[in-house]
Amino acid sequence: MATHAAFMPGVGSAEAQTGLWSWITTVDHKRIGILYGTSAFIFFLIGGIEALIMRLQLAVPDNTLVGAQRFNELFTMHGTTMVFLAIMPLSAAFFNYMVPLMIGARDVAFPRLNSLSYWIFLAGALFLHASFLVGAVPDAGWFGYANLTSPQFAPGHHIDFWMLGLQILGIASMLAGFNFIVTIINMRAPGMTLMRMPVFIWMTLVVQFLVVLAFPAITVALILLMFDRFFGTMFYVPAGGGDPLLWQHLFWIFGHPEVYILILPAMGIVSEVLPTFARKPLFGAPVVIYSGIMIGFFGFGVWSHHMFSVGLGPVADSAFSIATMLIAVPTGVKILNWIGTLWGGTVRFTAALYFSLGFIAMFTMGGLSGVMHAAPPVDLQQTDTYFVVAHFHYVLFGGSIFGLFSGMYYWWPKMFGRMLDERLGHVHFWLMLIGFNLTFFPMHYLGLIGMPRRIYTYAPDLGWNFWNLVATIGSFVIALSIAVFIANVWKTHRSGAVAGPDPWDGRTLEWAIPSPPPVYNFAAIPTVHGRDELWLQKHGDGHGGAPSPRPPVPRAEDIAAIHMPPPSYWPIVLAIAMTVMLAGLLISYTQVVVGGLATLYCMYRFAMEYHRPAAEAHS
Amino acid sequence: MSRRLARGLSTVSLLLAIATLVSACGLVGWPWDTPMTTVRPKSDFGRLTHDLFMLISWWTLGIFIVVEAGLVYVCWRFRDRPGAPIPTQVHGHTALEIGWTVAFAVILLIIGIPTIRIIFKTQEAPAASLDPLRIDVAGRQWWWEFNYPALKISTANEVHVPAGRVVDFHLNAPDVIHSFWTPQLGGKRDVVPRRVNRLTMTPDTPGEYPGQCAEYCGESHANMRFRVVVHAKDDFDRWVAAQLAPPVEPEGELAQQGKSLFTQLPCVGCHAIRGLSGGAIGPDLTHFGSRRTLASAILPNTAPNLERWLVNPELIKPGVLMPNLGLSHDQAKALTAYLLSLK
Repeated sequence: MATHAAFMPGVGSAEAQTGLWSWITTVDHKRIGILYGTSAFIFFLIGGIEALIMRLQLAVPDNTLVGAQRFNELFTMHGTTMVFLAIMPLSAAFFNYMVPLMIGARDVAFPRLNSLSYWIFLAGALFLHASFLVGAVPDAGWFGYANLTSPQFAPGHHIDFWMLGLQILGIASMLAGFNFIVTIINMRAPGMTLMRMPVFIWMTLVVQFLVVLAFPAITVALILLMFDRFFGTMFYVPAGGGDPLLWQHLFWIFGHPEVYILILPAMGIVSEVLPTFARKPLFGAPVVIYSGIMIGFFGFGVWSHHMFSVGLGPVADSAFSIATMLIAVPTGVKILNWIGTLWGGTVRFTAALYFSLGFIAMFTMGGLSGVMHAAPPVDLQQTDTYFVVAHFHYVLFGGSIFGLFSGMYYWWPKMFGRMLDERLGHVHFWLMLIGFNLTFFPMHYLGLIGMPRRIYTYAPDLGWNFWNLVATIGSFVIALSIAVFIANVWKTHRSGAVAGPDPWDGRTLEWAIPSPPPVYNFAAIPTVHGRDELWLQKHGDGHGGAPSPRPPVPRAEDIAAIHMPPPSYWPIVLAIAMTVMLAGLLISYTQVVVGGLATLYCMYRFAMEYHRPAAEAHS
Repeated sequence: MSRRLARGLSTVSLLLAIATLVSACGLVGWPWDTPMTTVRPKSDFGRLTHDLFMLISWWTLGIFIVVEAGLVYVCWRFRDRPGAPIPTQVHGHTALEIGWTVAFAVILLIIGIPTIRIIFKTQEAPAASLDPLRIDVAGRQWWWEFNYPALKISTANEVHVPAGRVVDFHLNAPDVIHSFWTPQLGGKRDVVPRRVNRLTMTPDTPGEYPGQCAEYCGESHANMRFRVVVHAKDDFDRWVAAQLAPPVEPEGELAQQGKSLFTQLPCVGCHAIRGLSGGAIGPDLTHFGSRRTLASAILPNTAPNLERWLVNPELIKPGVLMPNLGLSHDQAKALTAYLLSLK
């Protein structure tokens, strides 16, 4: 005992806990991963339903299914939900579950902070959706351009819910970002040098740096907006000398790295899935890693390509145009490296692989249309039209969502110990691929013949009718494919085949341990000799080298001696207290003060929960 | 050998099938000459943009075909077969990787150089020697005001320009950000409070071109439309002369009744009719009857539409600032007769 610091985990146990309370108080990265995944999937469905209602409204011209105001609320919530409440937390589910397993660790660096991240995320998401209950749904778009958000043009609480909700979510993202940076830097198993880290871990690391560097920009933007709305400042109000373009700069300095926050995890997943099912190492892994770093780095220097129509002048337009085109180089290199990975392999067409192939095929299209509006003159025709809607859905749905589903089919056996049904997986894939292209490919055309974004209705004589109807039909094919996936999950958990530790002949450490893994993950921390450690243990390097030594079989008393962090209910209580404080801004300042004091108290108790005075720790 | 041939044939037929499908789509379902098309430019500005778009399109199409065909080919060629041995563990190929990195960089250079040239060319201020026609555009929730400072003309939601002359739009927004866009005449430019953005073009084909606000600007963003009418030079001069004329005196009892209603009702607080009222919040109505559309180009400017609009503007344009004055059917009829007489 005396060898440990004063902060001593007291009652941690290697035994799995059960029951609702154990989920609420859990600090196990795997359970938090499942919580993230489940919540995110539910929000993905909500955002999807919002999209379906919009598609129904746009199926025919001059439609009156929903009115202007409702439609504006729908696209605002669809964008906000899919970005902050679906794709980001779905990625976070994999970060949480997989990062410790893939780097040979027993948990993340700060398990209790991890729990706090999740509960703050959920609190922010629920706060945002509380706007539906009081009829003040955010309605200024996920980008919330000033000065449409100023009190004069946005009375009521619509914008307040959005502005405060995003701030809460930002706290969760920042906490998780620091947690994973520290985890990846410090918690790797012995022998796992940076260049031996799996590429998914690399992409996770890049994403976390993007999070901790980009979220402060939007936080500043939101705080200025908060001052404008609550305390009468004029940061974005032209009449008071403010500048609405300040918002656009701050928002996109966050917003463009955010795009890479959404896509890099999927790129990481694809970089794990392809080698596994081609049974070959990732082609040019160092280049793929450097490309990911370059994409993240350049991502901070291209924000004004969202603002080519604003009129920043030819010099700024040229600089941001060239920087944007530069990003296409590492992106293109990655795509060719993935194809190179398949070249010469023995490709097994599992559902996971299909989704990764779908990712490459669709993301390539999104990337290429991105090159088109990287040229400002072309962008002046395409920006704010359905061409751009098509472009970023090819990147974020064809890219991120396909990649994330690939990860689900790939890692489901590890997470739940059962195989998702392959046949249903294939049906899911083909339906989604067809539905996706039916929905979004015609939008390129609609944009090129002049259909603007964010319009709740259109005239019947503009040639937009037919392909809008097709897109609506396509969106329901996507919905059907998601239903097939849900059926698959249901079937799997009733009667799915038991997976065993290594169903895919995997290459990385997570496949070396039972499925689902025990609370402590690794009974004995492995020693790592290469990027594909498990493959090296099983098959050697394929060039005559001896297989890596397998770790020794642990003894029961070793397992009994493993200390895991104990559960805590303070994260959820702290998250609630903080949300009460912020909600007070919409209700009464008394509530802000009470909530603020409660927050401080909870922070203190949370910090001191397992603190033992030095004397006691030594006794 | 024969197996290879069969494989080759099936690849070729697959590619042919795809090519046929694509071209069939091109022939059947994708008409490009539509009212708001961006790919049939009718101005110098639009043409410059479109040429660049086509250059980039061909390069990206080429890359698209190579990558997607490569992906399909690799999947098919290296599919797993029963009893296949573990493949050679290849980790990369430095020369190949450097090669395709450089190839991408070169392609982007080919695209980047004309891009920058056209950026500067399209954002030049027009030389005074070209005698540009200046038009001040104000984007408002949710309609467009057009002022011709040299001609002293003010109109709304319908801007008339001559073909063959440089038009210099000066864009400003009194309320929130909008974006001024006439797809057939070229790209859009945001209309931003406290800034005057410029958009310069020379329309070359007479015609009527629909435009629309392209930056989300609140509840009725979708209804913030307008028309650009490009005239041959003589027609434009006639239009100018007609706009400069004082408003016509209404003939007929109903229209005269409408005129007195207009002056008695709150209409005058917002709308100007030269010599009659000076309101500056809503559109100038001096020659309202000459306009082709109504309510920021949502509806054709006909008597039944105008009556509907006057009785309940909110129903046609949600969130509109024009109030419902609770007009009776007769009042609306009289006002309609008067307003449509203002040719």
